[in-house]
Amino acid sequence: MERKKIKVGLPKALLYHKYGLFWETFFKELNCEVIISPETNQDILSKGVNLAVDESCLSLKIFLGHIDWLKDKVDYILVPHIISPHRKEQTCVKIMALYDIVKNTFDDINLLEYTLDADTFKFNFFAYMKLGFRVTKNPFLILRAYLRAKKTQNHHQEKLIKKQSEKIINNNNNDPTILIVSHPYTTYDGLLGKPISKFLEAEGVNLLYSDLVLYGDTKNLYKNISADLYWSYNKELLGAIEYYKDSIDGIIFLMTFPCGPDSLVINLCQSKLKIPMTLIILDELQGEAGLKTRIESFVDILKIKKKHV
Amino acid sequence: MFKTRKVTFPHMGNYFYAFKPIISLLGDEIIMPPPITKRTIELGCKHSPESACIPFKYNLGNYIEALDLGANVLVQAGGGCRFGYYGEVQEEILKKLGYEFQFIKLSNDYFSAIMEILALKRTRPGLTYLKIIKSLILFYKRLRAIDKIEAIVRRNIGFEINEGEFKGIHKRFLLDLDKTISTKNVKEVEKEYKKRLEDVKIKKPENLIRVALIGELYVLMEPFSNFYIEKELAKKGIEVHRFVTVSSILHDSFSFKTYITKFLKQARPYLKYHIGAHGTESVGIAHKLIKQGFDGVIHIKPFGCMPEVNAMSALHKMSKDYKTPIIYFSFDSQTSETGIKTRIEAFYDMLQMKTNKK
Repeated sequence: MERKKIKVGLPKALLYHKYGLFWETFFKELNCEVIISPETNQDILSKGVNLAVDESCLSLKIFLGHIDWLKDKVDYILVPHIISPHRKEQTCVKIMALYDIVKNTFDDINLLEYTLDADTFKFNFFAYMKLGFRVTKNPFLILRAYLRAKKTQNHHQEKLIKKQSEKIINNNNNDPTILIVSHPYTTYDGLLGKPISKFLEAEGVNLLYSDLVLYGDTKNLYKNISADLYWSYNKELLGAIEYYKDSIDGIIFLMTFPCGPDSLVINLCQSKLKIPMTLIILDELQGEAGLKTRIESFVDILKIKKKHV
Repeated sequence: MFKTRKVTFPHMGNYFYAFKPIISLLGDEIIMPPPITKRTIELGCKHSPESACIPFKYNLGNYIEALDLGANVLVQAGGGCRFGYYGEVQEEILKKLGYEFQFIKLSNDYFSAIMEILALKRTRPGLTYLKIIKSLILFYKRLRAIDKIEAIVRRNIGFEINEGEFKGIHKRFLLDLDKTISTKNVKEVEKEYKKRLEDVKIKKPENLIRVALIGELYVLMEPFSNFYIEKELAKKGIEVHRFVTVSSILHDSFSFKTYITKFLKQARPYLKYHIGAHGTESVGIAHKLIKQGFDGVIHIKPFGCMPEVNAMSALHKMSKDYKTPIIYFSFDSQTSETGIKTRIEAFYDMLQMKTNKK
């Protein structure tokens, strides 16, 4: 008789947009059933807003909405605990505290977590091995799952990056090229970033994403803009700006309200960079019309500028 | 770079007096920024990114006012959450405003900060290691003295019979402390004022309401930014306990992160991991005090403070489990004083009803 499969839930918010494919492959290889929450919708958002502390950032509110959707449907929910992916840097404190926030917000919830902290030598590999033992007892199975997950994730990422660099080469030079600078969990969210990128593409903009760069290419580029920066995910964003700087006409910053690190980093970018840029702050009371007008006028300015040069 | 180096440091409570010995190492003259007023925060807000937290705006306001007085060397410390990144952004903003100055950023971690101070010897002639170490020790002693005296004042100021006595002594203490030049001096001053404080006549009611004040460091320690919340509470006859001071932070920072383990132990079962900066500490202290039987907890923070918002979800649950009231204030440049006063009053009434029931 086959044993009942363990159901693992992955909330499609925050770090899912960064490591999602890895997690999915990893748990599927471990013979778990993976349930992913749907794209963010108004329902999930309003659930999250009710659950979260009112001063939390929009991304966290959405995350709690997703957990609420998942909690009765699965045995475990994956909530990572990531302190520092690389040496001498740290993530936003919101991401550090995710596990405890979820535990305190929901009663009786089963979580799977793994700790990633490069500063105290808790690296990716050991973290996932430990995580794997929570659902299976076979170390070889976990090792295989880890390697396959890593391969799938890297392969996928490389494919996307290749596609993006083709976009730059094939650019016909009539349409403006815009780089969207925001965390993956804002850019690819069904309610926040996706409508904006769809709208931009309909306007005929050649769109680039800030997360589609190779880590090795950009890891030290952030120093050109900000020497003291210590937030990992913001380092990646600044690295992407430096990397694509010569092939873009403008930058759109997307920031969820009230994002702590972004509020200071974007201010620094605005005063140091000489590229046309606009900052769009997203919150749960967003009116679509106002947003579209602002983006439209920004694109128009870039188009006019392009014609004159 | 400059002929006479005029150094300044942003205000935080009365700690400017403690930081003075260190600051004096960096330059020839010390410029104390004018006391924080409405103008400071207006200046700060005008030039800050709008969603930056309130300590950023206060610090920037202090810098601008000090620069207008002729300061040309600015010092900024570093710390956990967003605080460690203040320096770079503030430097950029002030440069854009057209000021000429040198900006000294002390490192995020305190050991390297001390190494940086020791390395000053190379850049400034006339400094000896002995002098540097002496002023570091003097700084620490002054800090301890301020914290000890202020703890006594805080605990008793609401119950004095002749109004204004504590305030006067406190003011004179700071002036005397400013004149001290050696550890022995500091000890004498501290001893004398401790005795004077003990002599003040106080009258404490029988069923005293004890309230713990926890939250973010800057708004806890800078009374202007929290609308003198401690004074407001004391006026109502509430005994206020606060455990976070600069010396406690220094002590924590030098204990090789074991303090996180200590506070996590206190915070169990509400926290499993460190939640960033001093959020863990807030939860740990609150849990310890609630178990000790405090009547209420007041949690204050600047608007959007990331670690403290994280702590709030744990505090909510704690409040529910122990049935202890916790009130949350968040401060911004737009916060109105009347609103805070009304809420404190309501909180006080509720606490009183609760204690009378017992």
